[in-house]
Amino acid sequence: MSAAPRLAVDIGGTFTDVVLEAGPQRFTTKVLTTPRAPEDAVVAGTRTVLAQAGLGFPDIGVFIHGTTLATNAIIERKGAKTALIATQGFRDVLEIADEGRYDQYDIFIDKPRQLVPRSLRFTVPERIDVHGAVRLPLDEDAVRAVAARLKDAGIESVAVAFIHSYANGAHEARVRAILQEERPGLWVSLSSEVAPEMREYERTSTTVANAYVQPLMAGYLQRLSDAFAAEGSQAPIHLMTSGGSLASLDAARRFPIRLVESGPAGGAILAAHIAAERREPKVLSFDMGGTTAKICLIEDMEPLKGRSFEVDRAARFLKGSGLPVRIPVIEMVEIGAGGGSIARVDALKRITVGPDSAGSEPGPASYGRGGEDPTVTDADLWLGIIDPERFAGGTIRLSMARAESVLDTAIAAPLSLDTDLAARGVAEIVDENMANAARVHAVERGLVLKDHTLIAFGGAAPLHAARLAEKLGIKRILIPPDAGVGSAVGFLRAPAAYELVRSRYMRLDRFDAAVASGLLQDMSREARALATTAAGGAPLSEARAAFMRYRGQGHEIVVELPLRPLQESDAARLRESFEAEYRRLFQRHIPGAVIEALSWTVFVGTQAVPPMPLTAPTRRPRPAPIGHRAVHTARGGRRDTPLYARADFAPGMTVSGPAIIVEEGTSTFVSDAFEAMLDAGGALVLERKADGASPFGA
Amino acid sequence: MTDAALTEIDLQVMWSRLIAVVEEQAQVLLRTAFSAIVREAGDLSAGVFDLEGRMLAQAITGTPGHVNSMAEAVKHFLARFPVETMKPGDIYITNDPWMGTGHLNDFVLTTPCFHRGRLVALFSCTSHLMDIGGIGFGPDGTDVFMEGLFIPHLKLAEEGRFNETLMAMIRANTRLPVDTEGDVYALAACNDVGCRRLVDMMEEFGLTGLDSLARQICDRSRDAVLAEIARLPKGTWRSAMTVDGYDAPVTLAATTTIRDDGIHVDFEGTGPASHRGINVPLAYTTAYTVFGLACAVAPRIPNNAGSLSVFTVSAPEGCILNARKPAPVASRHVIGQMLPDVVFGCLRQVIPDRVPAEGTSCLWNLNVRGEVAEETGNYGFTMAVTSNGGTGARPMKDGLSATAYPSGVKGTPVEIAESITPLIFWKKELRPDSGGAGRRRGGLGQIIEIESGIGRSFELLAAYDRIDHPPRGRDGGRDGAAGYVGLKSGKRLKGKGFQTIPPGDRLVVMTPGGGGIGDPKERERELVERDLEEELISEEAARGIYGRGE
Repeated sequence: MSAAPRLAVDIGGTFTDVVLEAGPQRFTTKVLTTPRAPEDAVVAGTRTVLAQAGLGFPDIGVFIHGTTLATNAIIERKGAKTALIATQGFRDVLEIADEGRYDQYDIFIDKPRQLVPRSLRFTVPERIDVHGAVRLPLDEDAVRAVAARLKDAGIESVAVAFIHSYANGAHEARVRAILQEERPGLWVSLSSEVAPEMREYERTSTTVANAYVQPLMAGYLQRLSDAFAAEGSQAPIHLMTSGGSLASLDAARRFPIRLVESGPAGGAILAAHIAAERREPKVLSFDMGGTTAKICLIEDMEPLKGRSFEVDRAARFLKGSGLPVRIPVIEMVEIGAGGGSIARVDALKRITVGPDSAGSEPGPASYGRGGEDPTVTDADLWLGIIDPERFAGGTIRLSMARAESVLDTAIAAPLSLDTDLAARGVAEIVDENMANAARVHAVERGLVLKDHTLIAFGGAAPLHAARLAEKLGIKRILIPPDAGVGSAVGFLRAPAAYELVRSRYMRLDRFDAAVASGLLQDMSREARALATTAAGGAPLSEARAAFMRYRGQGHEIVVELPLRPLQESDAARLRESFEAEYRRLFQRHIPGAVIEALSWTVFVGTQAVPPMPLTAPTRRPRPAPIGHRAVHTARGGRRDTPLYARADFAPGMTVSGPAIIVEEGTSTFVSDAFEAMLDAGGALVLERKADGASPFGA
Repeated sequence: MTDAALTEIDLQVMWSRLIAVVEEQAQVLLRTAFSAIVREAGDLSAGVFDLEGRMLAQAITGTPGHVNSMAEAVKHFLARFPVETMKPGDIYITNDPWMGTGHLNDFVLTTPCFHRGRLVALFSCTSHLMDIGGIGFGPDGTDVFMEGLFIPHLKLAEEGRFNETLMAMIRANTRLPVDTEGDVYALAACNDVGCRRLVDMMEEFGLTGLDSLARQICDRSRDAVLAEIARLPKGTWRSAMTVDGYDAPVTLAATTTIRDDGIHVDFEGTGPASHRGINVPLAYTTAYTVFGLACAVAPRIPNNAGSLSVFTVSAPEGCILNARKPAPVASRHVIGQMLPDVVFGCLRQVIPDRVPAEGTSCLWNLNVRGEVAEETGNYGFTMAVTSNGGTGARPMKDGLSATAYPSGVKGTPVEIAESITPLIFWKKELRPDSGGAGRRRGGLGQIIEIESGIGRSFELLAAYDRIDHPPRGRDGGRDGAAGYVGLKSGKRLKGKGFQTIPPGDRLVVMTPGGGGIGDPKERERELVERDLEEELISEEAARGIYGRGE
């Protein structure tokens, strides 16, 4: 690993988090996101941490970046004016979708709003069949005619998604060439490059989403790298992907859809690292920022991964209610519950929180920047768990009077409550929303949460972790160092990796070892070349696998392959491996049935060295409090609560709740059910007291 | 933990877990299935039952038709194989349409689940196999014996040993022996996974039996449905709807009675059984009737023996909705899926804001069969390409275009259909002007064009309806467009029955649109303009029907 300083920046909906690691030291800051020109906040925050470290832009060795810009552009429908060119006869692939309803019993559902309206969905004569053979040649005049209409419609970006293009991308490539002649400067995304997989709806949807965010993201990435170059930085910029590994700037420009959810992926990587250091096999990671909360299960130190994702789920975050994208992802649930989430009283006189957020502009009412609605941050401030002097490192001075005023007007008055109870109600509802989302996520995987450890990070999570744990029956919480900027710290732990997938059909009973070996060797070379840049000299490890199924099935399972040339005799071994994996997943295999391989994958990445386990520190007395505050508790009434500075803790120091432990990017609220100790790795460990209140208490 | 002492929280957690267990059971079936209608479209069901055959939880899948029929199926297994005879490793099977889910294509497997040597529950599952021999998956049979292999309640496996005689019989009686055998294994595997997860749960919570949990789940669900019914006006309402039938129109008549203790639907007045395979066994009639009631009255309450007990259904023996063996039943869904519309016809007199106008309602599957270019181990190809028309307008919203309702079976991706069959789809697009005009417009149907890609003829086993009787609009809304089946060269085809598409010609299918609600002239002008710009309606319709420019 190179010793040059490593910079990580995570742009969230509200804050931009910046982390610099130089040798053993880490410098962090948190600045407000600047939505109109996000690079401004990145540069400003970077300048701050460099100054702390006594370094300059030219000293940065590598810059790892993640951002929610792509996600937000889709959710807010603020992407480019985008058109779709499809095969004649298939104008409505996006709208026909899967012909299903995401809620069987609800007659009144709305289908997801597509990124390209029907009036901008064009078709041209062409047809490729399932084997990749041309059934109808591309009508190039028709493509030129569409190009003229794109101009009239003011289109900036185009998605091209033809039937069976994953098997033969020639027609799509030809369309791009024609568009480049007719309309130079137009952005073009091809489905055969963005998501070369069978099933036209998912492939088209992914390609359209890529096209929709591409001009915005490419423009932003260019301005960002220009700005860094102008400051004298020559560091390579790597982008965090939704799958939890790093991509080059060029790959990010071409496939910006892979950057969706990159911030949360960084958080999950951090939590997995924290879990590995402490040998925690069952972890629920909880990342709460200004706009949303993200919940991810980490079993055996690995975040759960998937190959598809839905952006912008509608009603109640139900599966199937969003826009599908086929990209490698870390699986998590995200709900509209953050510090900036807006609280209201609904028609049934119930307090509701979110899913909309006051974001960074205008921000919570207590920021004093024009926010008129009460938010979770305003409630936390009023309850006494946020220190108004130290919020976001003291960069934002919070106004208690403004918090009181909006809580009174919007919540307390309509419900005839006092301000304390109104604020408590807001906090309870947001905590309950998060607990429910966590329960559902765990239940979908058949897991119970009681035996999990909660790892909490992000600006708002350490404030809410204790209450969330109480609601979930969780007995142990970890707050990692620099929890307020957790995702950015996670970026620095992400492997430099590249994963290639190639389709090559092969029946195991007609196994061709030479062809399979040749393919895998080529892929290995290519993946190594792509991963080497980002690895910066670190040793690379490799894994190979095949996606296999019984002939006639529609879904494959992954079968690991040896890292050596394959021989004819390996067919029998592969059959055994397939059957063993099949039995592991589905209890029984099908004797004698034909097995086929559809695609092959090679993963090359920096070795994930398991961190050294930490030794348990000996318990030591607590540090001296730095102040006291009257905190309103979940069990009613205000209680005098000591304030501690996290920086004053040495490993082993223990305090009993209630307590507030403040640091630069966040504060940890230790409820009276928990005690907190700093461990040898610098994490705060909150353990439930033996005589603690009921985890299911009010 | 003693069985009776479940705390509130434990109950909630275990109930959620039980639902998660059956959802995982269903996912395993989906992932391991060979049948394309299962793995791509979700035509399957999965559930867990107590030892009295009460259904405790059922996965929410694409098949409301399996809701009550699954719930009843296990009782029939218990009658044939009493619990005291069940052994670990046993698996029971049937495809009896009257004791399963309504036609021979649906295999039902039930597996006893043991925990520490004691029988604690039964897992059951169903999936739609693409071919079970006989005349094939179409409505042309004149009795059930023509429709394929009939498997009574048998042991598929005994103490872990598969019944090879039965497997050989099954393989020898289907055009798709490879797929059918694979699907039997998939069904067996999903029950195994469900059982393993249930045992994990019982270990974790220290449960020895499910009695207390079962009782509480059923009681609570029942009370929750009754609480919803308590808010409805009480009384009796009637409605009737006529559909195409096989060769003569069929009238479906319902009398719905809402009382304090439940809702009963009786189908007195409904037409007689057909001599072709569109007849419906009562279990399937009950399932779609109850589904319609649940959507309108209690959409958020999970299906189990408790919640389902509140809704009851009767139909005169021998009518098309209570056909007796040996009536042919292969395409029972064409009539059965109409039943929510018939129920809504009653309920719109009571709760008009909670029910939609009539929709396409029956699936418009392309049931196709023919030769293939290369040897696969099967006999040619057989495939149901699932596809749908438009749903009826909702009181406050337009209908949904090309969307399954009441079925939840998803559409088959064209790329998948072309990978299983040698067909080429030249078109699959929305059908302009097909949504019934109204203040709220019906959903649009679609236009599909298919040709053989290997220059051979292929066969269509048509099972369509709403060609002579399109979905009706209401309150001044217009009817949805009628469905259409024909050849590209011009010939009109029949809506039901076996027909051949010659080489070089194309099959053209236009699925119906949903009915509209309210006067089209009252539709907001910006919505008319949007529909016109999107080419969902034509200029002529905008002027002539919606009064654009008036």
